Amino acid sequence: MGLLSSYRMRLRRKRWRARAYLRRRELTCVENRTGQIAKPDLLLFCTVRNERTRLPYFFDYYRRLGINHFLFVDNGSEDGTREYLARQPDASVWTTTASYNRSAFGVDWLNWLQRQYGARHWCLTVDVDEFFVYPFCDTRPLRALTDWLDASQIRSFGAMLLDMYPKGPIARHTYVEGQNPFEIAAWFDSGNYVIEKNPGLGNLWIQGGVRARKFFADRPYQAPALNKIPLVKWTSDYVYVSSTHALLPRGLNQVYDVDGGEKATGVLLHAKFLNMFVDRAEEEAARGEHYRAGDEYKTYADELDPRANLWCKWSERYINWRQLEILGLISKGNWA
Amino acid sequence: MTLGFVMLVHTAFDRAEQVAQYWSNAGCPVIIHVDGKVTQKVFRAFKARFDGNRLVRFSKRVRVEWGTWSLVEATQLATTRMLDNFPDVRHVYLASGSCLPLRPVGELQEYLFANPETDFIESVTIQEVTWTVDGLEAERFTLRFPFSWRKRRKLFDRYTELQRKLGVRRKLPEGLSPHLGSQWWCLTRDTLEAILKAPDRIAMDRYFQRVWIPDESYFQSLTRRYARRIESRSLTLAKFDTQGKPHIFYDDHVQLLERSDCFVARKIWPQADALYGTFLDPDRPAKRVAEPNPGKIDRVFARANDRRGDGRQGLYNQGRFPAPGFQGPVTCARYNVFSGFADLFETFDLWLARRIGGRVHGRLYHPDRAEFAGEERVLNGCLSDSATLRDYRPQQFLTNLLWSTRGERQTFFYGPGDTPEVAQFMARDPNATICVISGAWAIPLHLSQRPMDEIRSEAARLQRAELAFLKALNDVGVTARVHQWTLADFVVQPMEKLQNIVDEITGPGPRRLTDIPPMPDLSAFPEFLQRLRNEGVKPVVMGDFAATPLPQGRRRHGR
Repeated sequence: MGLLSSYRMRLRRKRWRARAYLRRRELTCVENRTGQIAKPDLLLFCTVRNERTRLPYFFDYYRRLGINHFLFVDNGSEDGTREYLARQPDASVWTTTASYNRSAFGVDWLNWLQRQYGARHWCLTVDVDEFFVYPFCDTRPLRALTDWLDASQIRSFGAMLLDMYPKGPIARHTYVEGQNPFEIAAWFDSGNYVIEKNPGLGNLWIQGGVRARKFFADRPYQAPALNKIPLVKWTSDYVYVSSTHALLPRGLNQVYDVDGGEKATGVLLHAKFLNMFVDRAEEEAARGEHYRAGDEYKTYADELDPRANLWCKWSERYINWRQLEILGLISKGNWA
Repeated sequence: MTLGFVMLVHTAFDRAEQVAQYWSNAGCPVIIHVDGKVTQKVFRAFKARFDGNRLVRFSKRVRVEWGTWSLVEATQLATTRMLDNFPDVRHVYLASGSCLPLRPVGELQEYLFANPETDFIESVTIQEVTWTVDGLEAERFTLRFPFSWRKRRKLFDRYTELQRKLGVRRKLPEGLSPHLGSQWWCLTRDTLEAILKAPDRIAMDRYFQRVWIPDESYFQSLTRRYARRIESRSLTLAKFDTQGKPHIFYDDHVQLLERSDCFVARKIWPQADALYGTFLDPDRPAKRVAEPNPGKIDRVFARANDRRGDGRQGLYNQGRFPAPGFQGPVTCARYNVFSGFADLFETFDLWLARRIGGRVHGRLYHPDRAEFAGEERVLNGCLSDSATLRDYRPQQFLTNLLWSTRGERQTFFYGPGDTPEVAQFMARDPNATICVISGAWAIPLHLSQRPMDEIRSEAARLQRAELAFLKALNDVGVTARVHQWTLADFVVQPMEKLQNIVDEITGPGPRRLTDIPPMPDLSAFPEFLQRLRNEGVKPVVMGDFAATPLPQGRRRHGR
């Protein structure tokens, strides 16, 4: 890595910091309980929009994992999401009606909050439909993982998106508030992911899974990126540069081994393909606030027949993290 | 006659308290050394918890830094206090605040009672040490290390390098033979007194103050001078990972720890409630007297270290993505690639599947779609047959396929005209067996009724592609097992050649081939080649047919 490229990355990081600084004005505080945050607390950062039904289980799941405080940006919800969040005793909430697209899909807002409240904490940045699974998550709380990462002097932890889907038509089962979404969307693709190194930022670019198989088979280059680095021991000069796909400084993206070994990794189980998704796809396609002006959502809206079946006979039914480890999707590294 | 514990504590005071109480409740004196970096306030509060407990006492505090002399000094102070304050202590056990007794103290006492003169300390000569991570073994004793490895790593490294260049060597004190071993020991009063009251202790201490990580060598070396009987192993179960830091035990290790029959384990995660609850339970039934047997735990952690160091071969995922130039295996299992055979033999796939087993696919890299065995549209791992998806990352299509079907032999056909990017990848993969009959692609053209114009351009295209493929197979750096014949060579004694291939794939067996699949009538084939030549395409990959007796008609070869 040359001096010039290092300097360019530094400028790039500064630019993202400046963006976050400028967009801080777009955020209005609804409920600030950050005074409760204690020194070793684990924080969760999330941007939401009209996700009321998903929230109870989300809180349930992450409280059980050991998250101590939730920091939310509500992007103009109209379904009571904001009010629900504000009622949670361990959540702080900001709201904005500004453009999701122009804030780099929430990155600017969260970068700002992370800079304000995240420093010296382990920060988990996820969407409401993403559920973090890591080695031993059924027997060891998240704190065990972060303690181990601290002891190993590791600052960031990779967890790719694993798209989950139901068997049969997506709209057949109705998701009920509070329900574990993976009772419905219990299936995933286990062995069709492709990887390339992103030369600039040094992160891996992972594509594939059910979305590439069903929606992007004719233009795989445009298939959504699945690589994520959601868990970071934050320092005030870190920034996410593109969703949680990559960070700066670049060293944080080195969550993989290049000499043949395996670093410990997890997944974010992605509860995207539920019945709500069918209506949502049309709405988001029209709104055009997502990546590539919601291009991905246009694809879904066009191709996603409510009767469509994403399941195939080689789909794997999710059991636990050990299954993912055996399948080669995650690794324990040298954590035992 | 009793056993005393020396405890070095710097954090997780609640857990240290629990363990110290447990030991003192069993009648064992405990001397605790609290790190000098801990604030007075915290220290006093911690000390106050043992008010009234005459068996738990505290030694003078030293600021302890990892890898330095301070750790030995703290141990010396606490041990001296133990020997002076509790004259009936016969064995002293060195433990840390994150140690957890796995068996009732009575069992440990019995064990030591049975070995009253034995010092339990891992003590290995520097020639035999295999575990150090930094590579400094002998140099720990012959160089000086005044700079902190944790805080001033650069200075540490540079000063070490400088001493190497200058050829500086410290002189070992008289009568010292350097040994290394685990920091956690259990020594007899006699040995400890001999070490601590040695006439040359000042000189020894001064020497070890500049040794690198003296807590792994001070007692380990000096015990060798005085001990009557050494058991060179630690009674404390402690495993280390690839970075040289201790593996941590969690609640889910409870059974593993129970079955280890070790006396003490470290390091325990402070929030492992179930572990502390189980092992410190005063009503826990005493078990049989058994020798410590950490074998199973050793294996678990050795596997974890392997996973981190070497990984699973042929797997590519978010945590393992070897850089270009990686020397290890690029695929996870052996596989076979046949080129030209399906053109020469009818129903070759069925015949082959019967002979070698496993799954025999069609042309996986066919321009239209991946021809999975059994006309499947999706394969293990939800691998799609879409040609665009496949050709987006053609090599990973193969590595994915092999990974998802591991345990089952995979075979596929590959011909000119198929995705060319994988040719070199396969040729450089020692897992690949590649069998080629060059020029066989001309047979379907020969048998087709297509106009000569089309045939000519098709032949030119396929020959160009095949020449590129053959070039990849004959390049430098090819490590695949390659069997290559021209069509003309192959048809001479095809049975023998197929036998060799089958033997190589399945391993030599007693069964000989008795039949081969039918071949078409090739009597007019040389004429066809001449026509191609006349049309301006020079057939070069088929070999020389002038000297070849050609198979006549649809007859079966065999006995």
